[in-house]
Formats: sequence, structure tokens, C-alpha cells
Amino acid sequence: MREVNTNPLRTRKAEWCLTTPSFLWLAVFFVIPAVIVLAFTFHGHDASGGVGAWSMSTWRELVDPDYPAIVWNTIRISFEVTLWSIVLAIPSAYAIARMNPRWRAIVAGSIMLPFWTSFVVRVFAWKTMLHPDGWLQACYIVFLRVRGWLFDWLPGFCQQFLVWLGLASSGPVDPATSTILDSETAVVLVSVYSFLPFAIMPIYTAAEKFDFSLLEAARDLGAKNFYAFRKIFMPGIRQGIVSAVLMVFIPAIGSYVIPQMLGGTNCVLIGNKIFMRAIQNRNIPHASALATLMAVSVLIPIGLAMWWKRRQDLRGKRRLEAQTARLLMTTAEGGNAS
Amino acid sequence: MADEFLVFDHVTKRFGALTAVDDVSFSVKKGEFFSLLGPSGCGKTTLLRMVGGFERPDTGRIYLDGKDITDAPPNMRRVHTVFQNYALFPTMTIWDNIAFSLRLAKKPQEEIDEAVDAILEMIRMSDHAWKYPSQLSGGQKQRVAIARALVDHPQVLLLDEPLAALDLKLRQHMLLELDTIHDQVGSTFVYVTHDQGEAMSLSDRIAVMNRGKVEQLDTPAKIYEAPKTSFVASFIGDTNFFHGEIVSVEGDYCFIQVAGFPQIKAYNDKKLSVGQEIDLSVRPEKIRLSFTPPRPEEGAAINVFPSKVKDVVYQGVYTKFWVTSSGLQIQSLQPHSRFLLDQEPITWNDEVFVWWHPDDGYMVECAK
Repeated sequence: MREVNTNPLRTRKAEWCLTTPSFLWLAVFFVIPAVIVLAFTFHGHDASGGVGAWSMSTWRELVDPDYPAIVWNTIRISFEVTLWSIVLAIPSAYAIARMNPRWRAIVAGSIMLPFWTSFVVRVFAWKTMLHPDGWLQACYIVFLRVRGWLFDWLPGFCQQFLVWLGLASSGPVDPATSTILDSETAVVLVSVYSFLPFAIMPIYTAAEKFDFSLLEAARDLGAKNFYAFRKIFMPGIRQGIVSAVLMVFIPAIGSYVIPQMLGGTNCVLIGNKIFMRAIQNRNIPHASALATLMAVSVLIPIGLAMWWKRRQDLRGKRRLEAQTARLLMTTAEGGNAS
Repeated sequence: MADEFLVFDHVTKRFGALTAVDDVSFSVKKGEFFSLLGPSGCGKTTLLRMVGGFERPDTGRIYLDGKDITDAPPNMRRVHTVFQNYALFPTMTIWDNIAFSLRLAKKPQEEIDEAVDAILEMIRMSDHAWKYPSQLSGGQKQRVAIARALVDHPQVLLLDEPLAALDLKLRQHMLLELDTIHDQVGSTFVYVTHDQGEAMSLSDRIAVMNRGKVEQLDTPAKIYEAPKTSFVASFIGDTNFFHGEIVSVEGDYCFIQVAGFPQIKAYNDKKLSVGQEIDLSVRPEKIRLSFTPPRPEEGAAINVFPSKVKDVVYQGVYTKFWVTSSGLQIQSLQPHSRFLLDQEPITWNDEVFVWWHPDDGYMVECAK
């Protein structure tokens, strides 16, 4: 007979043996570099590109008036990219999950196909496609005209708000100067193209496990197709959507190849600034400070969201407890009465 | 009108080369507990899915309460299904699952509360209202699935093998429960099953299906006692078939000659004449078995055949015997009387007599 190991010391030892490798990996390749980056921010820099003595000068130099706008742009563009990726990924994942197994394998495989080519080469290919003589440029002009036309319809304060958010600019469209290459649109477009597989895959994995007879049940109970999709399918693949958001948003925040090659001077993101400070200006502490700033500005909203989620869960749990208690009380009363 | 509540009018459905439902016509009465019974692949589930709106018949129409619902989408029919795998929404509580259809119908909140609480009470699940489906047992999930489908009083409740996933004891319990629920709500139930026991114990009427066709539509007793075809006779319970030719007719009775077997006397239910071929079905429990031939008053010397015991299976309530007589295999069920262990047991290779009354056999249509 096999003996069940109940010795707490031995169990703990096994636990240590199993978790130590991953902890070591994280320590060497994540925690230590992160601490070094943080430490660099409290150093000055010297002319030869090295790290200088302990000083707060780097943080003092960080009050560049450009930075808040760049940080905001980075977050906004990452958000846009995430939104578009998810919006495109959900129906795609749904469609793939409903295909017959043979087609499913083919389509899921072709989604991964671009990864066989270098990322930089693919972005470079986009540079050619977005050439001012290309058909995408023509589409872009139409898009700008429609957007400008819609913009003119809005009341003044809405226009101002959109301009303030950086989502629109006033003034007529000039086809000669409005090129899709070196525009924010190009950066968003190619980012969505690049990150879409990362959004489809986790959602598809969740959708594949989804029991589609639930949609039939919802229809049977009177739901229209779209209602069933929204109320049954979407909550069913929630975990997949959450990981897709993280899989797209995090690399989008740090992306610098796409804005570097396609954004020109109109779309400079924090990744480009970090690259510039580290490689061109040879100011490692400054680059480190920017990276830290970016990490903090992303972690704060995520932390807040998690805190809010936990509070909601706790509230739900308390409500459930209260309900159970009330039910028990009424049952007890009923019991007393009889 | 009440007799023709749910009407199938020459309904046919093909899947590629396979004809799942083949020109089926019948109607279900209002308030009836109606069963579709048949082996897997006989088209019963396809028929049910056509009522639910998940399949469309290739030809023929389906009417519900006088209205043609053949082309209506599932959400436009007041017909709900209890799925075999329950299909409860895992992200919703039991309460929300049950309230789903009422919320869709935009009923006022008080009405929803009242209806959901009432039906939770009925299925005795009020204590579990705020649990999620994953926290329930199979039988509980089943009850919730039924409640969810019944809460907004559908015109017809469709049940697709709802008890197939439960163990025997629970299944027997749920049978009673289903019967009670049907009595309480009085809706029309259409129940699909391959289990004749379930269908027999619940239904007002049963349609026995085979290869896309309805072989017989009748009350459970009639289907068992007077099966129309040899398929029905063999699918509902066990039976012995004697295939032969009528050699003489004597009043209401006739004599059947089975190849290599003595003549069998049987009630000539179909008023057949000499020379016609027929299958005679004799249920095992109607065939008696003893060491000595019966005394004349117990059934004269008609249909008494000497035979040899080939197999004996003791099953508690009764004992099952397989005997051979003139080369034919005959199955017989013997109930136990008095104290079984005191009796001289009939066992393997014993020479015995099997016998039955001419009225015990029933003529069915020959298998094609």
C-alpha cells in the first residue's frame, strides 16, 4: 500500500524544491534587473555614457514638459490598440471555435503563421504598404475626411474635449501633408496587426472550452442571438479576455519598433524616448527613470482595478451571506410557528 | 383543438443521405405527458429539436396551438427545452438562471421575484438560490433545469433524455418528481427517451419510433400488451417470437405451424385465414414452466411443450430461464412464490414443460 505523506516538514521541503527554480529565475532575470534600473535613477550620468555618483539630479531633470504628454499618448494609444484587438479577436475566436476541427486547426495555424517571419521585417513591409502612393494612403484620406466631417457635426465643447484628449485635431484635411506613414493611425493599425494573435489565442482557448449548447439554451429561453452572445458567451470567456487584454496592453506600452519605423515625429511614445536617452544620449540613469515612471503609471491603474475588483467580490460575498442568514432566520421562524 | 395541440404534419428531415425523420404525422394533446421512445438514431431527438426550433424540417409543417411554428426561431416559440446536459449558465446563480426567461420577457421585478421564489419552493431548492450550478449535485441541477424551463409557463416543455446522466436510484426518484411536477403545472410535456421503463411509468401516451418512423402511438399498456409490429414488441420489454403459417382456423382461434415445432394455438386477433404468415409474440412472464405438465383445468393440453433448461438467471424478484424446445429458444420469467429455497429448484439441463394459454400470445406484423 502506498503511504500518504502527511509529514508537514517533508511536504514543505517538496514545496520548496518545486518552487525554488522559478523563484531563482524570477530573481535573476526580473527582480535584480528591476532593482538595478531603480538604483540607476538615483545616480547621475557622466559624459562617457557611464553611471555617475549617487544623486537626485536624474529625477530633477525629469521635469521635461514633453514627458506628461508622451506618457499620456503611450497609455492612450496602448488602450486604443488593446480595444481594437479585443473587438476583432472576440468574433474571430468565436468563429474559429465553431468551425469543424479540421478547419479550426488550419485557421488557428495561419494566425500563428506571421511569427515565422521576423517582426522587424514585417513592420518594414508595412512601411512599403503605407507608402504615400499606395491604396492605403487613399483610404486614409477618405477616413480623415469622414472623421473631419463627423467632427464638424459635434458641439464645440465636445470638439475641444476630443482635441484636449489628443483624439482629434481641428482644421481641414490637406491630402498633400496628411500621409498615413508617420501618423498615429499607422502606429495603431500596425500595432493591432502585430498584437492581434496575442489577443485571439487566449480568447480562442477560452472559447474552445465554452459549451455552445448554452447558447442554444439561451435561445430556447427566448434570447436573441446577440443577447445570448453578450450575456452567456462573453461572461463564459471572461478569463480569456482578461489575459488577452494583458497580453496586448503590456507589450503595447513598451513598444518602440513600430512607432520608430512608422510613427515619424508625429507619434513618439515612451519606448522611443527611453531608446533615445539610452542609446543616442547615452544617459542610462535618465532612461531608467523614464522606464520606472512608465512602469509606475501602468501599475497604479492595474492595482486600483484589482483593489476595486476585490472590494466588489467581498461585497457580493457579504450580500450572499446576508441573504443566507435572512433565509435561515425565516426558516427558523417558520419552524417555531409550526 | 385540445386533442391537436402540437401537430406534426408529414414532417421529414434528412441529414445528407440519412433520413432522420421520415414523413411523420401525429398530434400531441394539450396537457399530456407524451413520450418519444426509440433506440438511438431513430429520429426522436431530431423531432424534438424541430419543435424547439433548432432544426428545420425539409418538408412538412409543425403546428402549435393552431399556429404554424415550422419557421419560427427558437426565441419566438413558447416552447422550452430541458437539455440532457442541463445547460445551466455557469456564470449565473441558480436564481438568475431561473429568472433568465422572465427577465428577457421584461416582466416587472416583483413578478419575477414571486415566480422564481415559487418555483424554487416547488423544486425544494430555496436554500440553494444563491449557489452556482457547479456547486450542485446532478439531481439538483436537473431540478433547476426543469424549473428554469417551466418558470414562464411554456406551452410545451421538451425534455431531451433528462435523466440519462443520473444514477439508478436518483433516476427513480426524479421520475416521481417529474410526475409530480407535471401534475402541478399541467403543461404539455414531450419527453424523449430510449428507456422504456421511464416512458412507461410517466407517459399518458408513447410514440415508439424506429428508423425515422413512428411504429406505434398508444397508451403504455396498449403498447406493451398489443404491440403492432415485431419491433415494438421486442423494444418494449422482452418477448418470444414464433414465426409461422396459419394451418387452420377454429372460431376465434387459429393454429400456427412454426417450422420444426408443434402447432401453436393462438387467439386470431387479426382474423387471418389459412396460409397467411404471422409473428406471434409471447411475453416471457406469460410462459409457465414446471416439471409436470399442467392439469387440464389449468389450461388443458394446449400449447404445452416439453423442453430442456439451457440457462437459469436468478434475479431476486424472479428467475429467468432459457429453454430449448424442438430447436427453438424460449425465454420464461418465473415469479417466486412462498419460500423459494424450500422448493425443488429447476436447474440446468432439467427436462421441463413450458406452456401458455392461447390468449397469452399476440399477433404482430411480420418484420420486413
